[in-house]
Amino acid sequence: MMKSGLRTMLGLAGLGLVACSFPATAADVTIGDLVISHPWTRVTPPGAKVAGGYVTITNKGKATDHLVGGTAAIADHIEVHEMSMDGGVMKMRELKDGLEIKPGATVELKPGGYHVMFMGLKSGPVEGTPVKGTLKFEKAGEAEVAYDVAPLGAKSAGGMDHGTMNHGTMDHSKMDHGNMNHDMKMPEGQHGKH
Amino acid sequence: MASTSSGLMKKIRLAAWAAIAVLAVISGVHLLGEAHKAQQAGRSLPGAAQIGAPFELTRTDGARFSSTSLAGKPYAIFFGFTNCPDICPTTLLEMTNHLKALGARADDLNVLFVSIDPERDTPEHLKLYLSAFDPRIIGLTGTLPEVAAVAKSYRVFYEKVPSKDRSDYTMNHTASVYLMDKTGNLVSTLSFQEPEDARQKKLENLLSR
Repeated sequence: MMKSGLRTMLGLAGLGLVACSFPATAADVTIGDLVISHPWTRVTPPGAKVAGGYVTITNKGKATDHLVGGTAAIADHIEVHEMSMDGGVMKMRELKDGLEIKPGATVELKPGGYHVMFMGLKSGPVEGTPVKGTLKFEKAGEAEVAYDVAPLGAKSAGGMDHGTMNHGTMDHSKMDHGNMNHDMKMPEGQHGKH
Repeated sequence: MASTSSGLMKKIRLAAWAAIAVLAVISGVHLLGEAHKAQQAGRSLPGAAQIGAPFELTRTDGARFSSTSLAGKPYAIFFGFTNCPDICPTTLLEMTNHLKALGARADDLNVLFVSIDPERDTPEHLKLYLSAFDPRIIGLTGTLPEVAAVAKSYRVFYEKVPSKDRSDYTMNHTASVYLMDKTGNLVSTLSFQEPEDARQKKLENLLSR
């Protein structure tokens, strides 16, 4: 009884993982030799004048390209920034020559690192309403993108919320299991029994 | 000849290493002694004593806030600005989550967020911005010299970074959360890069001191 219950539960969990493995977001955008995947941003506190935009860019070509700017419907302008930590000090730097994307390389813009900075927000991103904009590359040109909107403080496109979860690029080792179990609760100490 | 001088060199090298070892042991024992004395006296770690000084700033409701009102309760203090896309809202959200996890014990802790961009962060603006987070987080701003003095006393670094060809700017700043005990001594710091449960444990330790 216990065992079959457990098996059913594990089966359901397995099904859940399979179901989740289909990307919930819009398809990748290809421009020239570049593939732009999973643009996302997050809800900002009220009155915020800036937001970070995140995206993964792969260069399938033979020449280096640079992300140099673009537009966002909700912002006055956007800039390409690098955030870094230096002895407890958070440093923000505009990449004046753009973000380099070497041939064959995949560059991930993410919290705590490279990001597109939406400057002069006219309105804050709203969950469930993608933010439209463009990303401009030195060689490939300008691509239209739509950023999914994750909740306030989300550390990845999907770490906090199933609705916006995207397992396509998710690093399972960094997954926050504390937030994962609302629809597939596992019995305590289950790992010990197997 | 050659063998004598190399033997001498070996002896000198040995003597030098021995001296280094002795010095290392002496300084280690000294540091341990200091830490032990500090612990016995209920003080914080050596070298941490000069962090923080009495200050006055402005609350989000426009009223003045004096650090004397912090006496008797431990507090967490951190510095940031509302034009910050990442680390400031993240830290504010994490502190909100920590306060929630502490439950009723959170009432024994003060949490202060000090703007290092008072030119843009007026009390009204800070109030609006902080409405997304735990209402127990006390937002503070002030004049440029007031903020500079508080930051200096906590050894917080900050600077403006102007954008390429616009009149806009962003800021570099110390991102650590300082955990201060009820007598105003630095006990520990929190970093957004450490795991959430490690931060929670530090806050619980602070409250049980």
